Amino acid sequence: MNSTATYPIEKEKGSKKIWKFLLAEFKPKGKILTPFNIISVPVILVGLVIIVIRFWKGIGTVTNLTQEVPWGLWIGFDVVTGVAFAGGAYVITFMVYILNMHKYKSIVRVTVLNGFLAYVFYAGALLLDLGRPWNVINPIIGNNFGTSSVLFLVAWHFLLYMIAQLIEFSPAIAEWLGARRARKILSGMTLAAVIFGITLSTLHQSGLGALYLMAKEKIHPLWYSEFIPVMFFVSSIFAGLSMVIFEGSISHKVFFDQISDKNHHAHKKIVIGLSKICAATMFAYFFLQVLIFVHGQHYNLLNTPMGYWYLTEIIGFVFVPMLLFVLGYKRNNVLAVKIASIATILGIILNRLNVTVIGFRWDAATQYYPTWMEIVVTLTVIFTEIWIFRWVINRMPVLRESPEWAKDNH
Amino acid sequence: MKIDRRNFFRAIGATGVSLALGDQISAASKNEESTDVFAILYDSTRCVGCQSCEYACAEAHNLPEPSESIEADIMRLTNENRRTVVNAFNTSKGEITIKHQCMHCLEPACVSACLTQAMYKTPEGPVIWRADKCMGCRYCMISCPFDAPKFEFHSPNPKIVKCDMCYQRTQQGLIPACVENCPAEAILYGKRSELLRDARKRIVESPELYNDYIYGENEAGGTGFLYLASVPFEELGFRTNIQKSSYPALSKSFLYSVPFVFVLWPTLLLGIHEATKNNHTKNIDEDE
Ligand code: SF4
Ligand code: SF4
Repeated sequence: MNSTATYPIEKEKGSKKIWKFLLAEFKPKGKILTPFNIISVPVILVGLVIIVIRFWKGIGTVTNLTQEVPWGLWIGFDVVTGVAFAGGAYVITFMVYILNMHKYKSIVRVTVLNGFLAYVFYAGALLLDLGRPWNVINPIIGNNFGTSSVLFLVAWHFLLYMIAQLIEFSPAIAEWLGARRARKILSGMTLAAVIFGITLSTLHQSGLGALYLMAKEKIHPLWYSEFIPVMFFVSSIFAGLSMVIFEGSISHKVFFDQISDKNHHAHKKIVIGLSKICAATMFAYFFLQVLIFVHGQHYNLLNTPMGYWYLTEIIGFVFVPMLLFVLGYKRNNVLAVKIASIATILGIILNRLNVTVIGFRWDAATQYYPTWMEIVVTLTVIFTEIWIFRWVINRMPVLRESPEWAKDNH
Repeated sequence: MKIDRRNFFRAIGATGVSLALGDQISAASKNEESTDVFAILYDSTRCVGCQSCEYACAEAHNLPEPSESIEADIMRLTNENRRTVVNAFNTSKGEITIKHQCMHCLEPACVSACLTQAMYKTPEGPVIWRADKCMGCRYCMISCPFDAPKFEFHSPNPKIVKCDMCYQRTQQGLIPACVENCPAEAILYGKRSELLRDARKRIVESPELYNDYIYGENEAGGTGFLYLASVPFEELGFRTNIQKSSYPALSKSFLYSVPFVFVLWPTLLLGIHEATKNNHTKNIDEDE
């Protein structure tokens, strides 16, 4: 691989050259009229207009939020569900850097990139939902530390974890820019960032559940228990990994030209390996759910509409995909694993929305359901993230191999 | 759990990893000792349903004048335009009117939820909201068991709206506007301990008039707003499933565990990393 040709700034120093290089990199690469672009561009444009209206006329103009249900789709889906899916990054870095499972090394970068972008955009969605965003500075610069607040903890962890993930990913940026010395220094920081990142993730994945601990009577009893934090943490493991499997199978089609033959072949083994972990953690989760249910003694609630809904979630979207994962790794069946991962993803969406939106003040006089505008803004957030993701993948060595010079003994 | 938490957290805080979490947690327990704050006793047996308190409240806080009158069994709720409402209910003892507003909890969920200290329990007793600090996250609304804080959803510069027990007025030596304007003397302002004593006395003196229960004495760990009524409070549109202990305590065990995780996890992770290092050199496929 001729790395000097691809990474020119290294030789030609001087800021002018760097700008030229960056400008060239900012131009779009590849086809313009892809189906994804045709769908996403109008959605993003409409979404931006809605965001302007939201800041101009107030949140209530574009959302259906009520005084009883003050957090809707933007928190329940974008933040709470999105962060669960971003959990893949801490699980994979745990496996590769802490347990030294090198088999999974080839998917570390793409997972961390995904996680990082997810946090940037979902934390961004949090800002959209703030009524008085200019005061967000208060809990950050230490004007007013509400340290007894779970939300304080979660917000800080988001911030710190983004930095940790940026450090984990930074060697790829250095390789893109051809900055050899920087790369060396940055790679040296990886292990520390990983350890810090896993610690933060444990706390804020569970912290997202702990946010709802005080809403004891407001959440439907089938979904409220003092163990919400534990359940959110355990489920973030298989939520994240299912996302890795799902996203990986798409990337392997869309970016097939970037992936070396070796990694293509390794991918099947990776998927099967991940399905094992998913099955195991889902079993633990299912078991805990049953324990909590028995402990809560809500048998009478099962025979209500909410009860059927609960059973749908637990049986249809936890137990069944768990069996599919088992089937997948026993029979070496990648298709079963993929289907299982999609079902799991749906199950996580259901679960998080059940706690945060559907089961929240289920007894309120006026029910909350999102407006089309809330949905468009959510899609805007997701699509913009995918745009950035694609932009990075096409430029930096994420899926493709690192340049020759960067292939150290690592 | 009588171990000295304060010192323990100080020790952990010294390691610089607890994100200064120790401090506030121990501060909350102080409330339990100093419950003698200013409070309000509302006696619905005296209330005549004239809505004077609603009008006085609106005027005192520059809110639009109340436009609806009371109708039995139609539950009006407080919102961003009214900090208090009076509702009427058909009960086992006929029609009864009753006032609703923020309960000014002794250990307020909203205050422990607020990450900017915008919700603030004043040492005097009222729970107030401070505009210059609030970032509008509405976590206080999620956490309040009485759904008291309301939000101006239709404003680009939205405020959290709820009863503040007329904190401004009381600071100037006045009494809350609703208390001052109630023609039936149904609302009393004073020290909580004295009001409780007064309430008990009323129950003892006229047992035929009162339902033997002071709502707010223990609800949510005790509130600064105390209620007397002639019928059980379920009949008056009150939530009956409010727990009798502090709400902030519900998330305390999670918050306590944070410093531990911060110390234990990195050590543990580093240990595992070292222990599995051999796999690297031997290059075995560990997962099989
Ligand atoms: S009733 Fe709600 S808003 Fe009022 S002090 Fe209690 S928790 Fe806070
Ligand atoms: S909305 Fe304001 S007062 Fe309420 S918790 Fe958030 S920052 Fe605090």
